[in-house]
Amino acid sequence: MTADDILHVINTARSFKEISARPIKKVPTLRGKTIINFFFEPSTRTRLSFEVAAKRMSADTFNISASTSSATKGETLIDTARNLQAMAPDVIIIRHSSSGAPQLLAKNVDAAIINAGDGTHEHPSQGLLDIMTILEHKGSLEGLKIAIVGDIAHSRVAGSDIIGFNRLGANVHLAGPATFMPADADQLGVTVCEDVRDAVRDADVVMALRIQKERQKDPLIPSLREYSTFYGINNKMLQLAKDDVVVMHPGPINRGVEMSPDVADGKRSVILEQVTNGVAVRMALLYLVMGGEKTDDEQGGR
Amino acid sequence: MEKTMVLQQCRVIDPANDRDAIGDIWVRAGKIVAAETTLPENAEVYNLTGKWVVPGLIDIHVHLREPGQEYKESIETGTNAAAAGGFTAVACMPNTSPVNDNATVTRYILEKAAPCRARVYPVGAISKSSKGEGLAEFGEMKQAGIVAVTDDGMPVLDSQLMRRAMEYAKSHKLLVMSHSEEAALSRNGCMNEGLTATRLGLRGIPAAAESIMVFREAALAELTGAHVHIAHVSTKESLAVISMAKSRGVKLTAETAPHYFTLTDEAVVGYDTHAKMNPPLRSEEDRQAILAALADGTLDAIATDHAPHSVLEKNVEFNEAANGITGLETALSLSLALVREGVISEKRMVELMSVAPARILGVPGGSLAEGEVADITVIDPDAEFTFTAEESKSKGKNSPFIGWRLKGRAVMTLVSGRVQHHIE
Ligand SMILES: [Zn+2]
Ligand SMILES: [Zn+2]
Repeated sequence: MTADDILHVINTARSFKEISARPIKKVPTLRGKTIINFFFEPSTRTRLSFEVAAKRMSADTFNISASTSSATKGETLIDTARNLQAMAPDVIIIRHSSSGAPQLLAKNVDAAIINAGDGTHEHPSQGLLDIMTILEHKGSLEGLKIAIVGDIAHSRVAGSDIIGFNRLGANVHLAGPATFMPADADQLGVTVCEDVRDAVRDADVVMALRIQKERQKDPLIPSLREYSTFYGINNKMLQLAKDDVVVMHPGPINRGVEMSPDVADGKRSVILEQVTNGVAVRMALLYLVMGGEKTDDEQGGR
Repeated sequence: MEKTMVLQQCRVIDPANDRDAIGDIWVRAGKIVAAETTLPENAEVYNLTGKWVVPGLIDIHVHLREPGQEYKESIETGTNAAAAGGFTAVACMPNTSPVNDNATVTRYILEKAAPCRARVYPVGAISKSSKGEGLAEFGEMKQAGIVAVTDDGMPVLDSQLMRRAMEYAKSHKLLVMSHSEEAALSRNGCMNEGLTATRLGLRGIPAAAESIMVFREAALAELTGAHVHIAHVSTKESLAVISMAKSRGVKLTAETAPHYFTLTDEAVVGYDTHAKMNPPLRSEEDRQAILAALADGTLDAIATDHAPHSVLEKNVEFNEAANGITGLETALSLSLALVREGVISEKRMVELMSVAPARILGVPGGSLAEGEVADITVIDPDAEFTFTAEESKSKGKNSPFIGWRLKGRAVMTLVSGRVQHHIE
């Protein structure tokens, strides 16, 4: 997606955000359209956000999760997808543990595909809602110092944020222990900081990523306690940032690990605004892939 | 009297006998014979002006999938692909089902191979079922016909087992081939570690996963005095280790495959599972180091690691897809590209694809001297063709080179003087 594509989605999302503030939160825009939420990985938040977005636009939604799909019976992703295709959905929203799964799906079905997070690759709708939230507070990303702290290597949110923030002109700083840094991270057009304080110092935005406890089979950090001591975002750390810093988190938060409770619930936190904007961004994406115009990147992530 | 075949007016490239000149090659009763002053009446004469005649190409490293996975490839289809690609002989890896870890399986493979279009040299397993515990019966397998041992695909992680395998192989005058991979470092990885993997969100395999084990094999080869051959070298660090070991006089040889000198990890972009193999495609820096090592002798041979799979294994999520690509029908063209680019000479290419493989495996071939077996490949260096799935003789259509326009190919393959492949 180009910078213009990103801003187009966000402008569309802004116009839909107003709907969520109405007493009757429903418009008929996508009446008669069929949307399948195809979730191979547990995800309450993203799935719910897409479902709310679809329902507010009067689309019919169906949810398939890994436990109810045939995936557990040895059917391949492509087989399952072709079966879904036979039911003629307009959009398939896919969350999958394999990077590239949405691209594979897009090659094998006719429905529009929206990537709701693939492996450790990308989570485009999260990236867009993060940009929307920053824009609401800062007006522009041009020249902003944005610190992303945590397990960058295993974060699809970071994957999309880095691309989106860079395209809109921000100075992205990554911080975390080297075990959390992807290979050649310094070639992504970002600054990699060994000391998290260098990333947070004078930052306009601080984003903490969730530490994925389930990925700890590989010995990446000694303990969550030690992680929070050196890399956790607390009020003391935040004093290094600009006075008007905004604090973000893609959720769900491990309170006291990557972020202290007083920061998460504090006045600099925009975490709940991210959730609200998530619905608006997803309404915009559904609208654009079905009713409105298409940009080529909504299909298969980017 | 046996019929005589005469290959006329060809460029004979025979590095083993220091020959590169226009001339004729005479074949009778499966052997190369001295040219005579008059053509016998029943002679079968081929005018090969503009073509090269070289000792038959030998592929040290293929997977023929039989017994057990005939839906991917059979000995028959695999050797059809070999002959079409100019190979007169292939060495087949033991990771069949059952594993070639005993003389019965070895004999089965050789029986199946007997009527086929290329010679087949089975390679036996190092450990029983390639499970990494206990040695397979090298002696009995050798009597049945194996030429080497390896646990290719299931790398030997236990260094003591590898040491014993080398010692025991030495007693039976067998080569040990190593798929060098430290599994703890490569675990769950599905492509080269680096910027492309980061961008694609795919777990990387660091170069060190290979070079650590290459170093171990070099150290154990030095300790045991066994002849050890490093399969499918893909990194510049491995090459540095091999070069160092060779300079110390260690009996170490090594191969690479055409995909490692033709492609880099950027071929994976788009999650193309036809660019997935193990070891993975590496960086441009590694590719350049491999090109230099082919020229300077750090690498001894070009092998294909021909690894046919069906769509069942390949048309899936990238991290779930099977490793491996086919190679028998593209290796010669891709190697000829190096000759055209001036990376290696014609003579060096023949050394890498015929002379050295014969010497490493200790099998006939690699020479066009009188009295040698008439295993011969005729190459048209200018023939252009598009490599397509439909025309490929292999059952496996899993090649990143499908659709590529290639230049130079085998137009005739002779095994024991018999024509096994011929394009007019
Ligand atoms: Zn191997
Ligand atoms: Zn192999």
